[in-house]
Amino acid sequence: MKYIDEYRDAKAVRKVADAIAQITIRQWMIMEVCGGQTHAIVKYGIDQFLPKEISLIHGPGCPVCVTSVELINQAIAIASREDVIFCSFGDMLRVPGSEKDLLSVKALGGDVRIVYSPLDAVKIAKERPDKQVVFFAVGFETTAPATAMAAYQAHRQGLNNFSMLVAHVRVPPAMEAILSAPHNRVQGFLAAGHVCTVMGYIEYEPIVAKYKVPIVVTGFEPLDIIQGIYMCIRQLESENFKVENEYSRSVRREGNLAAQKIIQEVFEIIPRKWRGIGEIPASGFGLKPEYFKLDAQSKFGVGSISTDESPECISGLILQGLKKPFECTAFAIRCTPEHPLGATMVSSEGACAAYYQYRR
Amino acid sequence: MCLAIPGKIIAIINEDPLMREGKVNFGGVVKNVNLAFVPEAMPGDYVIVHVGVAISLLDEKEALQIFEDLKQIQALDDSLGESQ
Repeated sequence: MKYIDEYRDAKAVRKVADAIAQITIRQWMIMEVCGGQTHAIVKYGIDQFLPKEISLIHGPGCPVCVTSVELINQAIAIASREDVIFCSFGDMLRVPGSEKDLLSVKALGGDVRIVYSPLDAVKIAKERPDKQVVFFAVGFETTAPATAMAAYQAHRQGLNNFSMLVAHVRVPPAMEAILSAPHNRVQGFLAAGHVCTVMGYIEYEPIVAKYKVPIVVTGFEPLDIIQGIYMCIRQLESENFKVENEYSRSVRREGNLAAQKIIQEVFEIIPRKWRGIGEIPASGFGLKPEYFKLDAQSKFGVGSISTDESPECISGLILQGLKKPFECTAFAIRCTPEHPLGATMVSSEGACAAYYQYRR
Repeated sequence: MCLAIPGKIIAIINEDPLMREGKVNFGGVVKNVNLAFVPEAMPGDYVIVHVGVAISLLDEKEALQIFEDLKQIQALDDSLGESQ
């Protein structure tokens, strides 16, 4: 396919890898933020092309993985109601809550449906006025315009049987949380190309200035990723830090203004609890007061459900790049994609699932 | 989760600004895609699509940039090779 195949050319990837080896002098740790990039790195073995001085740390960039256990429990409580059709992206169905997951709610007779787009959930609400239709709105800024569009359409059409359980997260505050942690080891970032497609990269410029780290907006194909690493190392070795854009075929500095406009129409910035990390200020989107009647948490009175996380899973340390999946005693023994202990094993983009699939 | 893939617009089927919709071809699979956030996109253009919504119009000139960079790396390699 055009715009995919040419970015998977092994010869080109090798050439950039050679160029990286030529410019690398010191030891560097780079974090790829997005789970889609982690998946590509492990799948294509991109890390194995790199000189030994460079380590890649897998970032927290999978919204499925970072959704808090209490939001999963709230989703399960709502989905278990007889009057509800619960719509979700497929990845969320097997994320373990405290006692069960959404898939087991479905097995017990709950009407839990996988949708491809938030707009499909709105369509279901229109077709089924006899039911309450709830969409589990999970995602980074990439997904926020589609979620906001669904909210906006439902609001405009006066759909009283549609609501959403909002779990939206924002990337830049999480990057700041990682950089300001006392044990931080990350020296440069590959920023998530599709998040930046929507938001642009102006908001990363103050992070570069404050923490003196390179941030390279990077795409998802092997050639994108290796080129992103090259640009990052070039900055690190020359100690000249800025935001660079590797993924310029999709990302503009100001982002997609039409998409940002609808996000601002529907959402406001709120604090959000990340699974395995804890609450990060300003790291989430929540519905604005004008859209409050679409809020499933208050509609179904599940806001008071709160939960502590299981002590055995080290996904929090993995999400922060402090541990690799191999360093977990449960990895591939008590924790597998069929029986996950934590979210990083559930989502196919989670670091543990990627290692389980490609690196055992 | 942020998976988004490029596809080619083959037709616009709804012109209402907020519901703007088109048929998009992903290597042979054709799907209806919301085009509200790429109002300038026309049939023949490539868009990046995420959960049924186009989030950007692909810039064909920028798409070639990486291959220009590669040529430079190659040229650098060659000149280093000659000097050795």
